[in-house]
Amino acid sequence: MVKFNQIASLLLVTACFASAPGFAAGGGAQMEHADIDPDNINSLQRGAANFMNYCSGCHSAQYVRYKTIGNDLDLSDEMLVDNLMFNAEKTFETIQASMPADDAARWYGTTPPDLSLMARAKGVDHVYNFLKGFYIDSDSPTGVDNLQLPGTSMPHVLWELQGYQAAYFTDHENEDGSVTTTFEGFEQLTPGSMDSEDFDNFVRDTTNFLAYVAEPIRSDRRKLGVWVLMFLTFFLILSRMLKKQIWKDIK
Amino acid sequence: MARIEAEVGKPQGGFIKWIDDRFPFTATMKYHVTEYYAAKNFNIWYVFGVLAFVVLFMQLFTGIFLTMNYKPSAAEAFASVEYIMRDVEWGWLIRYLHSTGASFFFIIVYLHMFRAMLYGSYKKPRELIWVIGMLIFLVLMAEAFAGYLLPWGQMSYWGAQVIISLFGAIPWVGDALVEIIRGDYSISDITLNRFFALHVIALPLALIGLVFVHIVALHEVGSNNPDGIEIKKNKGPDGVPLDGIAFHPYHTSKDLVAIIIFLMIFSSVVFFAPDMGGYFLEHANFEPANLTATPEHIAPVWYFTPFYAILRAVPDKLWGFILFGLSVMLPLFLPWLDRSRVKSIRYRGWIYKSALSIFVVTFLVLGWLGTMPADPMYVLAARIFAVIYFAFFILMPYYTVIDKTKPVPERVVYHG
Repeated sequence: MVKFNQIASLLLVTACFASAPGFAAGGGAQMEHADIDPDNINSLQRGAANFMNYCSGCHSAQYVRYKTIGNDLDLSDEMLVDNLMFNAEKTFETIQASMPADDAARWYGTTPPDLSLMARAKGVDHVYNFLKGFYIDSDSPTGVDNLQLPGTSMPHVLWELQGYQAAYFTDHENEDGSVTTTFEGFEQLTPGSMDSEDFDNFVRDTTNFLAYVAEPIRSDRRKLGVWVLMFLTFFLILSRMLKKQIWKDIK
Repeated sequence: MARIEAEVGKPQGGFIKWIDDRFPFTATMKYHVTEYYAAKNFNIWYVFGVLAFVVLFMQLFTGIFLTMNYKPSAAEAFASVEYIMRDVEWGWLIRYLHSTGASFFFIIVYLHMFRAMLYGSYKKPRELIWVIGMLIFLVLMAEAFAGYLLPWGQMSYWGAQVIISLFGAIPWVGDALVEIIRGDYSISDITLNRFFALHVIALPLALIGLVFVHIVALHEVGSNNPDGIEIKKNKGPDGVPLDGIAFHPYHTSKDLVAIIIFLMIFSSVVFFAPDMGGYFLEHANFEPANLTATPEHIAPVWYFTPFYAILRAVPDKLWGFILFGLSVMLPLFLPWLDRSRVKSIRYRGWIYKSALSIFVVTFLVLGWLGTMPADPMYVLAARIFAVIYFAFFILMPYYTVIDKTKPVPERVVYHG
């Protein structure tokens, strides 16, 4: 007989895997929580616009079709063509970078990575903090470095919005003579067109969109999952009654 | 005895009779299903065999549909998986069922093996069932390992790189062996192709064959039970074991409940947490394989980590490989290492109960250590637990003999 505590022990086995291995944090910097809302269509629509305006010049999202975005984010074909599709003709096309990859490799020393799965590979917090983490560094060819991904070849694309900031570090000497560098904070040097709250929301929407394109089916699968579990619960009751009926003579 | 109808043109007994004269259909159904008697006191631990069968079927079924859309080539493999996830109708579901199924296959098989250790199911006369089961486990590990290369992500590539290079530690033939496995000087398109062949045909074929033999052997000697009593020793006048009930409809109706509960847990993962926070689908595997960028931290999928922790705990490459292989193979000898007079833990003494409890904790801790970076503290812990792991097996012939057992009752304990 399958008793409650036996079911509980099965659930416990599942729970053993609930504590997850985290994403490897780049650069050892502390991360702010991205705090995205995947069910907020407006945020995702704004994120889509941000992505096409600021990212897609250099970065592709080669597995993502415009049509899929339109269907999932309530955007008509006309809206897609007029607002998002700068270098594509048909809505079934995937998002390709405007900049040729060869030129990119020559100009930046590396080809900008495809962003289809970036949020899933690195985590949304990484993406959020990366986009917020550019600071002035006169040693870098682009004039900036990034707290989240030190040594990045990406320039500060969002400088008009965020403005420029400086990062402050302190060095701490350990007992064995090695030096640990600790990040102390950013200081705003020149203002951008957005205040820090608006900019946070801008980055949050963009991150939300990147999380969406990493797994467009996410919201559908969760909705379907509820129905599947409801069906199985019903089926469980039936099978339990059947079992009781069949076993009633066993003593 | 098949009896050919004397009167031609006057068939009797209908369609089933027609079949039975040509194929032992009714006899087989009786022997394996409707008149296969297993003890009535089965508990929750006895559902994992059936669940393993369900998951095997699901892996085969979803695997067929994945194969229809997957491209086994280094240039296209990663993109074809994303094509399945995004553009193939229901492709995402098929893929998540398959990837989640792989992890659950191991959860179920580990629990199934633990059941055998709880109730002494490997002891005489079921040694061969256990040995065949261990072979199934080995093939399953190979199957999972080959399958993990196919998405051609960063962890697919570098995980395979680490594990295959282990064979290089074998003296004399090591390097040649590694080359034979890879088919190349490094992991490449050729490796992917042969792993695909192994994953979709060679190993599943071996798996199905072994599972068939596993069940035939089981039905020959009969299932064990939580009391470790041979139910065939107490038969009624009709030749049916007094404590046994037919597999169908009794055990099947009970298994159906268990299967549905399992599907609820399984679906919860598939629909709400298919990555399982990086355990079932590792984050780094969402980046395509990059031959020039080694990931910071290479960890095998969770089901290999207990053995991987033992491998890393040994400073010497060759000995690491030997102890790694030994840690996987040692359970195969359980039928001969365990010298206790009783089968079930219910009638064993405190020594075996403690040893088994410590072993379970050791296995889980090693599994956790295998997912962590090789920091000195973790390596030291892995060494301590590796010693305990081996001690459990090596000392077994001694502690199972001195352990004070309780008298085993004549009939199984069943409270209805």
